[in-house]
Amino acid sequence: MIGTLNAMIQGLLLGGLYALFAAGLSLIFGVMRMVNIAHGDLIVASAYFAYFVMQMLGIGPFTSLLIVVPVVAAFGYALQRWLLNYTLGAGDLPPLLVTIALSIILQNVLLIVFTADVHRLQAGPIEIASWAFNSELSVGVLPVLQFVTSVIIIGALQLLFYKSSFGRAFRATSDDQQVAQLMGIETRHIFSLAMALSLAVVAVAGVFLAIRTNFNPFTGPLLLIFGFEAIVMGGLGSLWGTLVGGILLGIAQAIGGQIQVGLPFVAGHVAFLAVLYFLPQGLFPKVSQ
Amino acid sequence: MAPILSLKKVSKSYGAIVIANNLDLDVGEGEALGMLGPNGAGKTTLFGLITGTIRANSGRIEFLGEDISRLPPEQRCRRGLARSFQVPQPFGGMTVFENLTVSAAFSKNRSERDVYQDCARILDECGLTDKANLKAGSLTLLDRKRLEFARALATKPRLLLLDEVAGGLSEAECELLVGLIKRIRKTGISIVWIEHVIHALVATVDRIVVLAGGVFVADEAPENVVLHPKVAEIYMGLPGD
Ligand SMILES: Nc1ncnc2c1ncn2[C@@H]1O[C@H](COP(=O)(O)OP(=O)(O)OP(=O)(O)O)[C@@H](O)[C@H]1O
Ligand SMILES: [Mg+2]
Repeated sequence: MIGTLNAMIQGLLLGGLYALFAAGLSLIFGVMRMVNIAHGDLIVASAYFAYFVMQMLGIGPFTSLLIVVPVVAAFGYALQRWLLNYTLGAGDLPPLLVTIALSIILQNVLLIVFTADVHRLQAGPIEIASWAFNSELSVGVLPVLQFVTSVIIIGALQLLFYKSSFGRAFRATSDDQQVAQLMGIETRHIFSLAMALSLAVVAVAGVFLAIRTNFNPFTGPLLLIFGFEAIVMGGLGSLWGTLVGGILLGIAQAIGGQIQVGLPFVAGHVAFLAVLYFLPQGLFPKVSQ
Repeated sequence: MAPILSLKKVSKSYGAIVIANNLDLDVGEGEALGMLGPNGAGKTTLFGLITGTIRANSGRIEFLGEDISRLPPEQRCRRGLARSFQVPQPFGGMTVFENLTVSAAFSKNRSERDVYQDCARILDECGLTDKANLKAGSLTLLDRKRLEFARALATKPRLLLLDEVAGGLSEAECELLVGLIKRIRKTGISIVWIEHVIHALVATVDRIVVLAGGVFVADEAPENVVLHPKVAEIYMGLPGD
């Protein structure tokens, strides 16, 4: 019983990261109606980049974020501005095909540069530090830190969207691209900023995840699926819903893992399918306009 | 006086449908120009060509003396071109006030405070102050049309393109908007106004052109336009000469 409770708390805390993956994904979809198949691979690439920066400079993963986040964001801007923007405006297929290609390219470049060996980011003593409630129930410092960071980032995104001129430009573009342009908004720039923001968010999540779990060049597609599942469970278009979706996914996986070691992902998929079946709009459907 | 907008030999067609055939047009600084034409003549498409959402097949469009033919819509907007839509297209999920502030998102040298004051003033002029915090998607047709005006004005236009303001409104509602257009005129903003309700146009504009078959078949003072045989043919179903 205590074991299950422990697992659920673990799952809940991990869910914050899934919510960040999902937030990055739904930001892109919301602003430019583009499904970024390479999303998971970009997360993994960010983790590798953090690994590289840590090796080069001899710093820890948290400090590396100071370099990783801006560089990954700049990369996202350039990627959108000079590649992905050209795939938009001619139906759903071109961006899908190009991001599938990007996914394959990223995986293989990572394979060549870093080999197929699993990697992990070393964070030092904080990895095993924990708060014990009693002899059986304890919570790791690191997972709590991850979760709090996730909630803060989601809250910041929420503020950005609803309280800043930047966010208004995002929402206007998402609502009607052409009218937004006619109001002086350079949509190609907005799209590129959205990609930069999306990747900045998932870079943080990617680094946190890479401290907890092993990754290799082919981990990306799995993370993409987690992102999708969290979005769909939470309901498209609501950031707090996405957070809840991510948490549900984390808890489902944790309970699955409790039942049997090989089961967490299957349990996550089952929870996802159950939500999809019973609440096809997700838990927090977007109120229709 | 130098024209604020010039179309020079602009052509556009969709297959067999000819929208503009070597079309020339000058709109004077401060002028209010009315535009008539049968359904499907291409009036709305012409606005698309001017604002840059549609590309012409050939020809030149000049605004304030500059060739803008190759500029994207947002650049044309920033130079002072704005339009309203025949069917209002508000950002439905945003509030009325937010709809206006969108244009300020990337305009440099304007503090958030200035933007807010400007937008509040425009809302007031357009009679939308008490609806400022409603979702734009929940507005009535009249208020949506007002919002079209307000949102266009928020971009600080030099030339305002209005597409069928009166359509779908009652006579009294139409009067309200015509009054608003007259006030906008007084501030020195040039206007091109497409309208099927001829008497509303005649009472407001300086000149009326009639688009049909890709050319302007008439270009008259308002009071003469109803006498023009082509207009009679188009609007009264009378045979022309
Ligand atoms: N993208 C397009 N592709 C093909 N044909 C088009 C396209 N856009 C408009 N048309 C056609 O061009 C013609 C002109 O349309 P437009 O809406 O500009 O006319 P209008 O003068 O504004 O008519 P109304 O008075 O009914 O508003 C119509 O026949 C329309 O079907
Ligand atoms: Mg029209």
